[in-house]
Amino acid sequence: MLEVNGLRKVYDGHGRRVEALADLTFKLDDGEFVCLVGPSGCGKTTLLRCVAGLLRPTAGEVRVAGRLVTGPPDGLAVVFQEYGRSLFPWLRVHENVGLPLSGPRKPGLGKEALAAVGLAEARDAYPWQLSGGMQQRVAIARAIAFEPKVLLMDEPFAAVDAQTRADLEDLIREVWRRLGVTLLFVTHDIDEAVYLGQRVIVLSASPTTILDTLDVDLPAGRDQLTTRAAPRFTQLRGRVYTHIQQARTS
Amino acid sequence: MKALKVIALPAVLFAGWWVLSAGSKDFYRPPLRTILVAFADTWFGARIADDVLPSLARLGAGYAVALVLGIAAGVVIGRHPAVRETVEPVLEFLRAVPPPVLVPILILVAGIGDLMKVLVIVSGCVWPILLNTVEGVRAVDGVLADTCAVYRVPPVRRMVLRAASPQIVTGARQALSIGVILMVISEMFAARSGLGFTVVQFQRGFQIPEMWSGVLLLGLIGVALAALFRLVERSVLRWYHGQRAAEKQH
Ligand SMILES: Nc1ncnc2c1ncn2[C@@H]1O[C@H](COP(=O)(O)OP(=O)(O)OP(=O)(O)O)[C@@H](O)[C@H]1O
Ligand SMILES: [Mg+2]
Repeated sequence: MLEVNGLRKVYDGHGRRVEALADLTFKLDDGEFVCLVGPSGCGKTTLLRCVAGLLRPTAGEVRVAGRLVTGPPDGLAVVFQEYGRSLFPWLRVHENVGLPLSGPRKPGLGKEALAAVGLAEARDAYPWQLSGGMQQRVAIARAIAFEPKVLLMDEPFAAVDAQTRADLEDLIREVWRRLGVTLLFVTHDIDEAVYLGQRVIVLSASPTTILDTLDVDLPAGRDQLTTRAAPRFTQLRGRVYTHIQQARTS
Repeated sequence: MKALKVIALPAVLFAGWWVLSAGSKDFYRPPLRTILVAFADTWFGARIADDVLPSLARLGAGYAVALVLGIAAGVVIGRHPAVRETVEPVLEFLRAVPPPVLVPILILVAGIGDLMKVLVIVSGCVWPILLNTVEGVRAVDGVLADTCAVYRVPPVRRMVLRAASPQIVTGARQALSIGVILMVISEMFAARSGLGFTVVQFQRGFQIPEMWSGVLLLGLIGVALAALFRLVERSVLRWYHGQRAAEKQH
């Protein structure tokens, strides 16, 4: 469903040359849930922007559903890291969620998505009347209501408290199962990556390559208490942790 | 209380004028009482339809054309750096030409009718609108642009015009006062009706109180237009003022 082949991105300008991505190759099957972890500044956002067709790679290519990506592909949604700036400040919450939608299911989809992220009450507010965490949930609701085939999420839970975060993690797993969406999820949080994904890709510091890919062989029905307490969970997170430490020190 | 503050200074000035001019024998500076009597006699009658409304209609037409032209060209120039680099020197030159000197040229091209007067107004009003629109369009947040691209939201209509609306409104406000000035100036050359024409006629005919009443009327029209503008601005930019206030609290 999603193929990244030999992707390389060098930023060059204003007297600063950054080799953000050195050489990345990986693949997501249809309906797969993959988490990307890597140190800050390693190029996770750069990678997502290349996949979304918002940034032209220096070398290599991205394919979504077999088609070469040259602009934003159909049926692809993004939850941006700068969630606050991705909302339209002149539109109310429900208008923000409904703007990309069309057709008779529009009102229903928007309403459901807002209810799912716990913001049914805030539908008539403007984004700037909400807290950072609430704005982030609006951005998530907009992506869910869009019913994408491929969903890219860039640290979508960075601004919410621990309890909301746990709720949203379970929501995303439920949405993923219900819609059968192919999901590429960027996070700083190793535990979150292991808890959510079917697979975790560990990135090095820039110039970035893939350090390790590990299959998360935890049962599909996950639960905040039992899954996180399972010995296998601890083992997996230990392995990711070691790799990230190596990435930092090397 | 607020209304009182707004009214206070004009009331004091008006009263001062009234008292100080009360016993005036000076032919060129008649008592305010005489001016007000002349005001009622001069303007509450056929002159409204013959002079005031045609002036305002030309102002309205010129201002509307300038808005459409300025915003349309501003969006194109703001969105395309190549276009901007090409037209910028020409714009700088055209903007530096004081619109009143265009009157003789426009008379040659467009005659001395309504068309010439409307063109004079357009030629002065279009610049602040155009330049502010360009600035506003250039400052549009890249994350919002990415959001439109991914979610298939028509960018110009749904995003750029709204995001740039604070700057567009600033330009439109500057253009309005320029428009009133040019409305009067365009009627001082080769005209047979209009506010500017009438004031000059009174001056030439030594009808001094009537001349003063024309100045008073122009001032009142300016105030009324500014109030109308504020009303429109308040509804168009409600989100913007709300957002600004919210940011200040944090
Ligand atoms: N537009 C840009 N121009 C120049 N350099 C850039 C640009 N965007 C990112 N970079 C550089 O590329 C590198 C990777 O940035 P990127 O934002 O992709 O990292 P990230 O992994 O998403 O970081 P974080 O976890 O902090 O969000 C950084 O060194 C950054 O300075
Ligand atoms: Mg990032």
